[in-house]
Amino acid sequence: MSQAAIGGAATPAAPRKDKVETPFRRFVSEFAESKVAMFGLIVFSIIALIAILAPWIAPQNPYDLAQLDIMDGRMEPGTVGGAGFTYWLGTDDQGRDMLSGIMYGLRISLTVGAGSALIACLVGASLGLLAAYAGGRTDSAIMRLVDLQLSFPSILVALMILAFLGKGVMNVVIALVIVEWAYYARTVRGTALVERRREYIEAAQCLALPTHRIMFRHLLPNCLPPLIVIATMQVARAIALEATLSFLGLGVPITEPSLGLLIANGYEYMLSGKYWISFYPGIALLITIVSINLVGDQLRDVLNPRLKK
Amino acid sequence: MTVASTPASPAAAPTLEVRNLRTHFFTRAGVVKAVDDVSFSIGRGKVLGLVGESGSGKTVTGFSVLGLVDPPGRIVGGEILFQGRDLTKMSEAEMRDLRGNRVAMIFQDPMMTLNPVLRVDTQMIETVLAHKKVSREEARQRARDTLGMVGIPSPDERLKSYPHQFSGGMRQRVAIAIALLHEPDLIVADEPTTALDVTIQGQILAEVQKLATTTGTSLIWITHDLSVVAGLADEVAVMYAGRIVEKGAVSDVLDAPLHPYTFGLIGSVPSRNKRGEPLRQIPGMTPSLLNLPPGCAFRTRCPRAAEVCMAEPEIRELAPGREARCFRPMNEAAEQAA
Amino acid sequence: MTVYLVRRLIQALFVVLAMSVIVFVGVYAIGDPVEILISPDADQIERERAVRALGLDLPLWQQYLVFLTNAVQGDLGRSFVFNEPALKLILQRMPATLELAFGAMFLSIIIGLPLGLYAGLRPNSPASKTIMAGSILGFSLPTFWVGLMLIMVFAVQLGWLPSTGRGETCSVLGFVGLTSCSSGTQWSFLTLNGLSHMAMPALNLALFKISLVIRLTRAGVRETMLMDYVKFARAKGLSPSRVTFVHVFKNILIPVVTVVGLELGSTIAFSVVTESVFAWPGMGKLIIDSINVLDRPVIVAYLMIIVLLFITINLVVDLTYSMLDPRVRLESKA
Repeated sequence: MSQAAIGGAATPAAPRKDKVETPFRRFVSEFAESKVAMFGLIVFSIIALIAILAPWIAPQNPYDLAQLDIMDGRMEPGTVGGAGFTYWLGTDDQGRDMLSGIMYGLRISLTVGAGSALIACLVGASLGLLAAYAGGRTDSAIMRLVDLQLSFPSILVALMILAFLGKGVMNVVIALVIVEWAYYARTVRGTALVERRREYIEAAQCLALPTHRIMFRHLLPNCLPPLIVIATMQVARAIALEATLSFLGLGVPITEPSLGLLIANGYEYMLSGKYWISFYPGIALLITIVSINLVGDQLRDVLNPRLKK
Repeated sequence: MTVASTPASPAAAPTLEVRNLRTHFFTRAGVVKAVDDVSFSIGRGKVLGLVGESGSGKTVTGFSVLGLVDPPGRIVGGEILFQGRDLTKMSEAEMRDLRGNRVAMIFQDPMMTLNPVLRVDTQMIETVLAHKKVSREEARQRARDTLGMVGIPSPDERLKSYPHQFSGGMRQRVAIAIALLHEPDLIVADEPTTALDVTIQGQILAEVQKLATTTGTSLIWITHDLSVVAGLADEVAVMYAGRIVEKGAVSDVLDAPLHPYTFGLIGSVPSRNKRGEPLRQIPGMTPSLLNLPPGCAFRTRCPRAAEVCMAEPEIRELAPGREARCFRPMNEAAEQAA
Repeated sequence: MTVYLVRRLIQALFVVLAMSVIVFVGVYAIGDPVEILISPDADQIERERAVRALGLDLPLWQQYLVFLTNAVQGDLGRSFVFNEPALKLILQRMPATLELAFGAMFLSIIIGLPLGLYAGLRPNSPASKTIMAGSILGFSLPTFWVGLMLIMVFAVQLGWLPSTGRGETCSVLGFVGLTSCSSGTQWSFLTLNGLSHMAMPALNLALFKISLVIRLTRAGVRETMLMDYVKFARAKGLSPSRVTFVHVFKNILIPVVTVVGLELGSTIAFSVVTESVFAWPGMGKLIIDSINVLDRPVIVAYLMIIVLLFITINLVVDLTYSMLDPRVRLESKA
């Protein structure tokens, strides 16, 4: 008993000495406390840069068939190809440089992952806010839907939607958004329900501010911390799910291969020992997801005071 | 018990003697001196009331005696002599032999002390078997007898129940029964009646008192309730901010407290003879153990605080059998008034 | 208890009905199976005959009613591709999927519980930190890629395990399945060869659950260790092993079992991926193939069966939970 009391008494102590401490600065310094998370952040930044700069830094444009030489197909990593440069990560069956393929694939994976997470965040957060603010029937209708959807695993919901809509980048994005919005909605509603009982909301209501203004300018900013955490984790999930769907042949078309599709392309050559076609895209995927998760883990620890030790 | 070196007389060798015990918690925010230089002793069959507000270190003192202080906490100094043996120097295996066997503990919240997913018989029999090589049936017999002893009707049926099927008072009786299974020489009872109804509290107090006198078990009764101490204990030690500020025989301390804190505590108990008068209260709050004021820890709340209190007071004998940690004790006030 | 059960069953029925509408409308309202099933050379009359034969000329709500009436009688339509009852197709492949899913859950408990227990009891030891890092990896690794890597290492490089397929199921089992491989229930785990085929897919599917069980167990252990009843158990002089394995373990078993049970559904759903990687002939592979050729009756039948499965699992888990936790048991009795 009294040990817990001591722990409780200890928490509010340890004031920081810096004079110009803004919440943001404190957030940054607390985040930087974890070296692993900083490492994750740096790695992810590099990956994002590669994805953005792919057309300028990739040795080859993997979509330009004129640049591909079928004679260079399935070359081992490190071989010098007909085009005169070294295929550091080998080539696939079309003679496509895997390194370039991965850079372009990252572009697609990150765009689809981040894009769908962003849209899902907008949709989910709005509905969550609405549910919390409106309450009553609106609330229970939205939350019923959220519960129903969360009771089914993401892959199943995505499969169902792709079964309805068919393949394609747009359909994958739609599927990911539908899979993910519920997480945002649930999180935002939970926080907003707590926040809306606070005095500042009452004050805003007394000033007769318009509802949308209270919701988005007053309520939403205070729901941001958990939202940021969820969003980070969901980007990683979206990238993984997109890769999985593409691997199953239900995702992006062959003309725009994401990492998942690159891995799928290498599947049949795997059994004959040509591992690199699947291996390196997988490593790229893994590094991307792990780095995002490391950042997300630390964000959760920093932004969620309940979990602080 | 006859196992220990037979004492010449009970008064000469107390069951438990704690000397300068210091238990500190090493937290991120700093070192919390939960128990700081605490000394007391209990004779055979005696009851010591350990009184203080929550956070004063009384529970940690109890855990220290049983060797159950968990990290980040640690006993950093002092001796705990149980029948002449220093518990702080014992190995974990030796301590385990003592726990539940010679030294038992009863916890504050009966709702939390029994494992919710294990039947009562499991929890009792395992305690018997942990210390005695007897058959399961004999262990069950012992459990049944002990349940009967603490006043639980139809113990046979009750053994097969889960804790949630008992009321709070019944659960605490079960916990007491578990503590009594091996007829220990010392029981540390950490506010065992605080969470109970007043009537149940009275029953349990009466039974515990009876047990202590008949079996010769010594008791440390940790509580914040002076009225409980008044009816039960032989001696009382008052703790404040990790330290004992006053100790002595119950009647002496309650009738004429020496330390202003004790005086304040007694004053804040409502009673019949003071009806109509406003209750005295101690101003302010218990200071955080992380940043105690220098000097006497009670100084900031003390009506008698003076310049001299800026220094650290030592506990000293102010009257025969009466000790207090104060530069300006209450008896001086009485003398001055006289 | 009975009232509770009946109420739960009625609730379940409504969910099934709602899902059947969603699934049916979703699948039938979008896309055109005629395009896929009938060769482009076919003339108008042939097309119309095919459309009528498949019942595609009726309004959607009538198609749904026909579907519903038939579904109640256990007829979920015939596969356009296999020209066999969709339900039969799925039920044939169900044992393979179930066996894989149960294998994975078995592995996740066998591996996850001890590791989580260790990590919870010694949170600061290097081994625990390794375990926790491993569990982060287990959450992050894309299942299908791990599957490929398993094949690469254990089948291609080392040659220890077969890469794909289900192995012997019926021939060794003689007395059960000699009649035919397409009827009767076939199990891989009863033969050594079948087991060797199952090892990699089951481990692959288990990977995520292992991480989950590790995390749950660790969190549960750390939370339970702080409980008064654990301290009381220690104050009784019990040995650390008894405190850990009886007092702590039994308490964390309840949430872990609940979650693992609840995860059976998602394990079955995620077996879609593993089955595709290892060419495991289960329901998952069937649904992927069916989506690719728009074999609607099979898609609808699969989704309906999965919904039913989920609802059943949730019900069973609830009941098991109330049996494991004496506190819940009392409440539902009262």
